[in-house]
Amino acid sequence: MASITANGMASVDALQVESPARRAWRRLRRRKGAMVGLAIITVFIVLALLAPWIAPYDPLQQSWSLVRKAPSAAHWFGTDEVGRDLMSRVIYGARASLSAGIISVGIALCIGVPLGIVAGYVGGWIDALISRITDAMLATPFLILAIALAAFLGPSLGNAMIAIGITATPIFIRLTRGQVMAVRVEDYIEAARAVGNPRWRIALFHILPNILPPLLVQATLALAAAIIAEAALSFLGLGQQPPAPSWGSMLNSAQRFLTNAPWMAIWPGVAIFLAVLSFNLLGDGLRDALDPKER
Amino acid sequence: MLPFLGRRLLQLIPTLFFVSVIIFGLQQLLPGDPALIMAGEDRDPEVIAQIRAQYRLDQPIPVQYVYWMKGVLSGDLGESMRIKKPVLDLVLEKLPVTAQLAGMAILIALVIGVGAGIVSAVYKDTWLDYGANIFALWGISTPNFWLGILLIFLFSVQLGWLPASGYVRPSEDLRASLASTIMPAFVLGNAIAAVLMRHTRGAMLQVLSSDYVRTARAKGLLERSVVLKHAMRNALTPVITLGALELGTLLSGAVLTEQIFTVPGFGKLIVDAVFNRDYAVVQGVVLVTATAYITLNLLADIAYMLANPRLRS
Repeated sequence: MASITANGMASVDALQVESPARRAWRRLRRRKGAMVGLAIITVFIVLALLAPWIAPYDPLQQSWSLVRKAPSAAHWFGTDEVGRDLMSRVIYGARASLSAGIISVGIALCIGVPLGIVAGYVGGWIDALISRITDAMLATPFLILAIALAAFLGPSLGNAMIAIGITATPIFIRLTRGQVMAVRVEDYIEAARAVGNPRWRIALFHILPNILPPLLVQATLALAAAIIAEAALSFLGLGQQPPAPSWGSMLNSAQRFLTNAPWMAIWPGVAIFLAVLSFNLLGDGLRDALDPKER
Repeated sequence: MLPFLGRRLLQLIPTLFFVSVIIFGLQQLLPGDPALIMAGEDRDPEVIAQIRAQYRLDQPIPVQYVYWMKGVLSGDLGESMRIKKPVLDLVLEKLPVTAQLAGMAILIALVIGVGAGIVSAVYKDTWLDYGANIFALWGISTPNFWLGILLIFLFSVQLGWLPASGYVRPSEDLRASLASTIMPAFVLGNAIAAVLMRHTRGAMLQVLSSDYVRTARAKGLLERSVVLKHAMRNALTPVITLGALELGTLLSGAVLTEQIFTVPGFGKLIVDAVFNRDYAVVQGVVLVTATAYITLNLLADIAYMLANPRLRS
């Protein structure tokens, strides 16, 4: 509560207003689901970064005496069709999935946000052109466009990231454009224009900071979609190439040994499920925490 | 109504134009000479020359596009390099299989998603509501190819109730056809059911707190009648339209599901084409999918318009 001095002026402590980021974090912490999601994401990030130290075995090391061994004390998740330790491969697989998610969403943000700002702020024929291309990309189902792009670019994890990133771009263009159109009529933008700020400066320093919350929510949810898309492309053989570990390609090989080695299909699937679930939970929580109506 | 329809149809023209540009542009992504890549292992100069002539690869790109588009507009989507059949014939051959899967998936999604959404809203903040919400999170977060593998393991490998793969046409044997498609349809419907559940729950909660529902309750109507006759009818209109947006998920999901269950549909056609470097088929399938998706969205808009008297007037 602001304390008022005798002459009616607000005291110094009243001026120490809580920053938007701190307020969002305080609200986010109250959401159990989001906190669980954040905890799981942290675990996956630690696993991905410290994989060489955490993984019990070399994920590529084959052993013909250990082919399709059931989970045991030596191999907690069992082994695969060429005797590789599944737990080590799941841990290393986190690298492919998380990096694919982060890089492809990064590509989508880097292309989508500037184009969305230009479309929403400049308007006119540029807006019409960008919007029609966006409509066209959104008219093609996400995975089908990603498969087509990955097929033409060639199968590799890098190309899969590019394909997923390009396919996810139109959502960010549309979201940014809408947000910019809502913000550009605000008084503070008018004031920034009145004092002679150039357009690029208004876009970068006045508009962008004010449209960040919905972009952050969308980016978190897009990460979940990108992780599934990478796993799907790797499952189809268009992402991470063998023998490098990836959850999607591990599920692909597991499919052939369902009768003899069902454990091969369990752990990579659980890993994808948990990673996607955690980003969905965090995204839902962020949406609520950053919603101005919740204040 | 008619001006709306006309405006909506006009909006489709630029969208379809850019869709065609993007799909044609895919060919330009091929690293190196497309003719050499399309020729595959067979580097016979005659074959390469034939490909160059067929696709007019020696012409400027805009000219190539115009010829390609002329072909598309007259129903010529090119020819499969591997099967040596017109792409359109291949697509039309596979379409009924995917349509059957999609139809069954939508039915499953509606029954589970709408049902769970209504129960969740009516019993808000009870264990039924929490259960339905957990189901929705599970549905959204589970990769359908993993769910497919788990179902095969349970129902085919362990219990032996359903075939793990293959497809039987309904005209051949309806029972066997249902047995061969129920698992892939469930996998496809699962993710959409989760989204429909969330939409239905939100719409029902809004409707259940409205004045006319309060009036219906005040009249002494049975709660079942209030929920099913008064609330559900109004809540479902936006749900059906929002559900139509999930058709893209359905088409994308079909690619993986058909691959796992070896169903010879549209999705398997594109994956096989990718691995056989049959680029004309890839382009053709993407074009038909995008056109189908745009058309279905238009139909959903029209259905929403017809179902909503305020918009109709």
